[in-house]
Amino acid sequence: MSGNSSTDAFVAFEHVQKSYDGVQLVVKDLNLAVPRGEFLTMLGPSGSGKTTCLMMLAGFETATHGEIKLDGKPINNIPPHKRGIGMVFQNYALFPHMTIAENLSFPLEVRKIGKSEREEKVKRALDMVQMGDFGNRRPAQLSGGQQQRVALARALVFEPELVLMDEPLGALDKQLREHMQFEITNLAHELGITTVYVTHDQTEALTMSDRIAVFDDGRIQQLATPDKLYEQPENSFVAQFIGENNTFEGTVKEISNGQAIVELDDGEVIDCTPVNVSKPGERTLISIRPERVEIDKSRLKEGVHTLKAEVLEFIYMGDIFRTRLRVAGQDDFIIKTRNAPDQVRLKPGQQIEIGWLPEDCRALDA
Amino acid sequence: MMADTHFDENGLVLAADGTPLKQSLARALRAQKIRALLLIAPLLLFVTISFVLPIGEMLMRSVQNTAGTEYIPDLMPNVVEEIQDWEPASGEMPAEPVYRALAQDLATAFENRNHTQLGRRFNYESAGMSSIFRKSGRRVSNWDIETDGPFREKFLDIDDDWGNIEYWATIKANSGYYTTSYFLAAFDAQRTSEGIQMKDPDQRIYSKLMVRTLWLSFLITFCTFALGYPVAWLLADLPAKSANMLLILVLLPFWTSLLVRTSAWKILLQQQGVINDFWIALGFTERMSLINNQLGVVIAMTHILLPFMILPLYSVMKTIPPSYLRAAKSLGATNTVAFMRVYFPQTTPGIGAGSLLVFILAVGYFITPELVGGADGTFISNRIYYQFSSSGNWGLAAALGTVMLVVVLLLYYIYDKLVGVDNVKLG
Repeated sequence: MSGNSSTDAFVAFEHVQKSYDGVQLVVKDLNLAVPRGEFLTMLGPSGSGKTTCLMMLAGFETATHGEIKLDGKPINNIPPHKRGIGMVFQNYALFPHMTIAENLSFPLEVRKIGKSEREEKVKRALDMVQMGDFGNRRPAQLSGGQQQRVALARALVFEPELVLMDEPLGALDKQLREHMQFEITNLAHELGITTVYVTHDQTEALTMSDRIAVFDDGRIQQLATPDKLYEQPENSFVAQFIGENNTFEGTVKEISNGQAIVELDDGEVIDCTPVNVSKPGERTLISIRPERVEIDKSRLKEGVHTLKAEVLEFIYMGDIFRTRLRVAGQDDFIIKTRNAPDQVRLKPGQQIEIGWLPEDCRALDA
Repeated sequence: MMADTHFDENGLVLAADGTPLKQSLARALRAQKIRALLLIAPLLLFVTISFVLPIGEMLMRSVQNTAGTEYIPDLMPNVVEEIQDWEPASGEMPAEPVYRALAQDLATAFENRNHTQLGRRFNYESAGMSSIFRKSGRRVSNWDIETDGPFREKFLDIDDDWGNIEYWATIKANSGYYTTSYFLAAFDAQRTSEGIQMKDPDQRIYSKLMVRTLWLSFLITFCTFALGYPVAWLLADLPAKSANMLLILVLLPFWTSLLVRTSAWKILLQQQGVINDFWIALGFTERMSLINNQLGVVIAMTHILLPFMILPLYSVMKTIPPSYLRAAKSLGATNTVAFMRVYFPQTTPGIGAGSLLVFILAVGYFITPELVGGADGTFISNRIYYQFSSSGNWGLAAALGTVMLVVVLLLYYIYDKLVGVDNVKLG
């Protein structure tokens, strides 16, 4: 499941475990390699171990077992202030008793950089986040978005090669958040720095990242690029955590040529791609994305199985239509159709037939 | 939109019924204001009766020239009138009319049984005057003012001190309704025939006590800070469950009587006490004097006032997220630098609040210095208490209290200029 081999990785977790109480492991045998310049997101529900991993990397928590390497060197015993890692905190952690310029100057002062060079670097960093005019203000005088930019500038002003971000956009409103997502990724790629980003917001993870590590129960469930993660989830947790998802339970009837035929619990039969199943008779969870369900029979392949469905509810959402159906005895089956001129608008009570490409329907662990 | 707004001829906005909007608003708010006033009325009344009036009364007493409950000019109207013509600087005794006036006034005072109070009042200014008033009262009451003159010789017969020019100068100096002599005494000064002068250095007790009170209070404040800061930090840093447990330990002294705590220190610190016994057991031969001196006061009061330092510090530290220290470290600061430059400056409102609280409480402390202060560890408040209860010199006690009040207000003002009272946070 780990990506590149850890030898040429910039950041590497090798068999890392973490326990706070000596009873439970919050991080279980974590292996992760992040190449230089990558924007990697740790995504997962709260309590999944993602923030703990970030804190271990920053040096605020020590690994109970295993090794964390930065640029090939183990850093387990290096205190946080010697790691040279930039960090953006959830509440920004801008020092309230210092001005913006003093906040940015702080990491340079503790590195004993001369005054003129310091001023120049502070100015450049503030300009980089379009906050050049705010040097003399105090953090409390800035809006959330402005504070966010300053926090970013402060984490970058001493030119670290690695920047960690712990849910930095959580406190912003939706529009600003989307704007900042764009700015942060642009800046990170422009400067060529390696970024490890922690969030529980899957949309944020999908839009920003080069790769995403989905955490649950102290393990990485899947490490992949956003499109692979969304389209080819490797297990039922990832499928259900990322994006909207229709599920059925069923039993595998046969597997051949990379395709499986599954009998749903109410007796209907469907085609799908086997992911975590290998032989007939196994229980499986079927996952299909709402936008990959086809209601126009003519666009399906010859001979594939279809299911009968009854329209329960039609919701007009502007860019898309969201329709709730009763399928195979379940009445929470959702389909999404694009609002195109020739798109049919289903009416409640209507009886239709639905189907899908076998590649889009995945048979996962039950 | 503008069509809905009406204006009068001066351009002021009118309400829908034509009255000016401001007037209309005031009427609407009046009921609310009255309700709010009624809610605070009981407390306001209580504070006025129990705090504002007594303090005003005390401030007045420090300048009122009274003996018992009556003003000196009302008790000695004739003397006060006649003595205006006499000049102490002349070096001569007052003339016969003054003695005649004294005979009149003393006779009335004896009838009303307040001639001894008069004597005591003048005795505050010049020691010895109490006895001549007491002695003279009964004898003067038997004289006939019309026929028994001249009175100068008769007074000198009773006591030679009736010819003492200093005594007469005292009477003349304190013949008004109001007097500055209590305040002079509070500053260790006195009025002599050569004007206002400081007392002899070995008699200057109040300035010495004032300096001692301020210095020991400062020392106690510093000790509570030095001991309390780490505790408050630990409290703020611990998980809620253990922090609550520790907080109860901090608060425990609050639930114990002040007297019990002070007595406990007596037992611990005395010559034959627990600490000294332990000290001897360690092999030292000389016992330490830990109590009935300034050291004892500092130890006991630091302990008693510690919660007042810890609680404001704790409540301020509680609001500082741990991420600030983490951020400082991630930016390259060592633990020491992160603490000094990021954490400590953010706790100054708590330090200010705690110090102000402890200092003001310490300056006015009474019981502990009384019990463990011995001779050189008493505070100004102990002297004030003495003047009130034993010596009965309420005027001087009031003047000392007023000086104390002004000094504390002055320190508060300086503190405001230096730190800013807005920066004080009690929670």
